[in-house]
Amino acid sequence: MPREAYKLVVETFAALAEPNRFQIVELLRAGPRTVSEISERLALNQPQVSKHLRVLREAGLLDVEPRAQQRVYELRGGPLRELHDWLERYRKVWDARFDALEELAIELETKEKTHGRRKRK
Amino acid sequence: MAAGSESKTQVERASDRELLIRRVFRVRAETLFDAMTKPEHLRRWWAPKSLGIVVFSIEADVRVGGRYRYAFGRPGEPELAFSGVYKEVVRGARLVYTQVFEPMSAAGEGLITATFEPHELGTLLTQRELYPSKQVLDGAIASGMERGMRETLEQLDALLPELQ
Repeated sequence: MPREAYKLVVETFAALAEPNRFQIVELLRAGPRTVSEISERLALNQPQVSKHLRVLREAGLLDVEPRAQQRVYELRGGPLRELHDWLERYRKVWDARFDALEELAIELETKEKTHGRRKRK
Repeated sequence: MAAGSESKTQVERASDRELLIRRVFRVRAETLFDAMTKPEHLRRWWAPKSLGIVVFSIEADVRVGGRYRYAFGRPGEPELAFSGVYKEVVRGARLVYTQVFEPMSAAGEGLITATFEPHELGTLLTQRELYPSKQVLDGAIASGMERGMRETLEQLDALLPELQ
């Protein structure tokens, strides 16, 4: 992965690590919102929200669109999709492990039954 | 954010330094606990063939204060290992242990909490992975992405001659 792309990924997660920003992203998952809608829903004042939105924009996580007198913020797909893809890969690792674990555990119980020692310590 | 919410195993990022892994197993909690802690069982499931790694050795002294170490890697390459200390051991109910990925021991210790709960089909296992810091989890994700992207590029490279 080129140095620049790596830097971008790290910046993305730095941006998401702050709890309020994480909440903003979770809120925007449902659809675009204005600053005032976001500050109302998350009980944060508007200057705070604006500051967080600026960080998220700089990390490339948001797009902004003017609508009437307002600016509407919405999620940009790329970086979040990467996080999702990573979780999906991690899930597959554990899924493969757990399939093997379950198979082994079922085998253990079957053996116990055939030995007639179900309550074995 | 969750992945695989309709599959057997679910993974979600529960906070900036935590992952939650859940799965229902069709066996009793005590059996599951034993299969997850006894070295002779661990070496059979922890590195399934599809992952392309093998277990080199497994030690597990499963009691409070006891140590464990799982050494693994690709065949013929240097070993990698996870190790740590058991903090709570309640057979069939709860297992808490610290975890260090030895090649990155400078990053600090994580804490894994596994809980076993009765479920209509058997046992629900919830594994909570608390990373040493947000940076470590972010780093794991970033390096995983890097690997994923490299794999994709390699696959593309392999395909290109066929396409030309």
